[in-house]
Amino acid sequence: MTTQIQYPFDQGFIESFSSQNGEPNWFKERRIDAFTKMDQIPMPKPDKTKITNWNFIEFKQHSVNSAPFSNVEELPESLRRLIDLEGGIKNLYIQHNQTAGFLSLTDELKDQGVIFTDLITAVKNHGELVEKYFMTKGVKPDEHRLAAFHAALVNGGAFLYIPKNVQVTEPIQSIFVHDNGDAPLINHVLIVADENSSVTYVENYISLNDQTTGIANIITEVIALSNSRVRVGAVDTLAKGVTTYVNRRGYTDRDAQIEWALGMMNDGHTISENETNLIGEGSVCDTKTVVIGRGEQIQNFTTEVRHFGKNTEGTILKHGVVKDRATTVFNGIGKIEHGATKSNAQQESRVLMLSEKARGDANPILLIDEDDVLAGHAASVGRVDPIQLYYLMSRGIPREEAERLIIHGFLEPVVSQLPIEGVKKQLIEVIERKVQ
Amino acid sequence: MANTTLTIKDLHVAIDGKEILKGVNLEIKSGEFHAVMGPNGTGKSTLASAIMGHPKYEVTKGSVTLDGKDVLEMEVDERARAGLFLAMQYPSEISGVTNSDFLRSAINATRGEGNEIPLMKFIKKMDEKMELLDIDLNMAQRYVNEGFSGGEKKRNEILQLLMLDPKIAILDEIDSGLDIDALKVVAKGINSMRNSEFGCLIITHYQRLLNYITPDYVHVMMQGRIVKSGGPELARRLEAEGYDWIKKELGIEDETVEVEQEA
Ligand SMILES: Nc1ncnc2c1ncn2[C@@H]1O[C@H](COP(=O)(O)OP(=O)(O)O)[C@@H](O)[C@H]1O
Ligand SMILES: [Mg+2]
Repeated sequence: MTTQIQYPFDQGFIESFSSQNGEPNWFKERRIDAFTKMDQIPMPKPDKTKITNWNFIEFKQHSVNSAPFSNVEELPESLRRLIDLEGGIKNLYIQHNQTAGFLSLTDELKDQGVIFTDLITAVKNHGELVEKYFMTKGVKPDEHRLAAFHAALVNGGAFLYIPKNVQVTEPIQSIFVHDNGDAPLINHVLIVADENSSVTYVENYISLNDQTTGIANIITEVIALSNSRVRVGAVDTLAKGVTTYVNRRGYTDRDAQIEWALGMMNDGHTISENETNLIGEGSVCDTKTVVIGRGEQIQNFTTEVRHFGKNTEGTILKHGVVKDRATTVFNGIGKIEHGATKSNAQQESRVLMLSEKARGDANPILLIDEDDVLAGHAASVGRVDPIQLYYLMSRGIPREEAERLIIHGFLEPVVSQLPIEGVKKQLIEVIERKVQ
Repeated sequence: MANTTLTIKDLHVAIDGKEILKGVNLEIKSGEFHAVMGPNGTGKSTLASAIMGHPKYEVTKGSVTLDGKDVLEMEVDERARAGLFLAMQYPSEISGVTNSDFLRSAINATRGEGNEIPLMKFIKKMDEKMELLDIDLNMAQRYVNEGFSGGEKKRNEILQLLMLDPKIAILDEIDSGLDIDALKVVAKGINSMRNSEFGCLIITHYQRLLNYITPDYVHVMMQGRIVKSGGPELARRLEAEGYDWIKKELGIEDETVEVEQEA
């Protein structure tokens, strides 16, 4: 090994915690395989953001024991608000740092064969499915160092499987709570929607207090098999002291459809990748992201839809608000591979800057290797339109309130997509707080 | 009984340093309907925009007062809360903000904190006004003017007028782009406002609208000034004879001034 980097862990360490978890051999071997490759593969290189000085790798300890949050009644108020308590808790998983807590899945879904459980349990009890789909079709462990780091050291997450022909009507929700910076949040969610199934999944990453520090390395993989439909909503609200790498990756078979609605509300430095590979003919991806950058925060959001199958359709929409001295970079990539005829790649990125020192960048990229396709992009970086302000104010609305309305409207595309009322409200409140 | 007067004196307005209005005098009182007519490009919208406080228009001379209070000193929102309303020739689109949220914010801004309109009362009023204006009820949940047709935008301006109930309203080309049925509906909405506590300034370059809303006074604007005032018969003469006779009367020669007919 050409190792110059000193990691706070070694192979023996990985073997031992994997054994402690009771993980099957195949999983342990994948961890070790990823670990041995880690050094040889480079860090990801997000376009227009330099991350060489960011710490994504060093941590004090691999996991901490946290209160398991197994009783919803005892949850802190900030978490209770995310849950639809009135409607009765149906499908919900709560994890506190690395500790799996509350888990519920309706009997109806269990009877239909739906699997929803924490990741380590899934590795043990549903090995066949997890082995087939965990970091095989979505993110590959050797893509870059942070993917390898993830595969080697993943310490939490969830697994969701929807069997063939099952339509899940109630949303399925995960809440990942982070309040201890000693251990990294290396969290993996794997969603497999089998043929002709449909599901809506919502995840929250939340720091319980503003002082939380540490690193987060998050991967969510969505595998949408033929003719399935998966809607994913996410609201990330990790604290200022947390450096985040988050990768949300989709894979579609024939006629499958993935819709992302991502509320990226972290307060710390964040590198986000959201990539969907449209493999099967006629498959569709619609991805919407809203972002607020504030303080000294540096954030980079790369959204990519890659068209492999014929007749595939990808739509990217990103709206970001930047204030204070924050920097937000939007990279939007529509890539149509050779052979993906009649495909359509569309994207729109808009950044609204609220202060002189704020920096925004929107880079639309179309990479097209096929003739018979449609593609389009729109990008803008600007300030609140004075004529829109004038219009609202001419109806008696004070300037601040008018600005607030315009900003909320600007971020509405994702807010309106979130299927859980509490999560929607939370996002609205977070937006409110952050743009003030 | 509340009696309001909007007084415009010797108003000069420039855009990007170019003087457009060159001394406009006009007084509008509650209970009165005025019409300002004139060819395109003569400064009608400039007058309306300057009164409301559009950021691009700079008042270089003169005054605008509402019951003696200096309007030009006020912020745009203060002007609205003081009782002024402008139905704009080109209303803005506000993406992501529903018409209903927008209107509720607007109404509550005028009513003030602690005196917000009860939700049910608001919904009832909005439904009622939308029905009067023949507006599809789902427009309440659509984003402000986004994707609206020209006619829908105009109706939406009148809906706001009816919801906000101002003291003095200026309607800038509220009739342009409307077919005859839509025109009648819009006129019905405006006429429903007619009472002794409401004054209105209707800007148009056609007589057409004035067949449905009879003005008390008609003013003709040319080259940044009001060049002639009269009663409703003046509008009819303009319709029949165009503007040339006024130009001749006043010795105006300006090739840009001409009446066009809309399709
Ligand atoms: N934003 C602007 N910038 C520069 N000139 C303008 C602008 N708006 C209007 N003008 C000019 O001001 C004059 C009056 O325009 P306007 O008040 O809109 O006329 P009307 O409403 O009577 O058709 C016209 O000559 C027009 O070209
Ligand atoms: Mg005009």
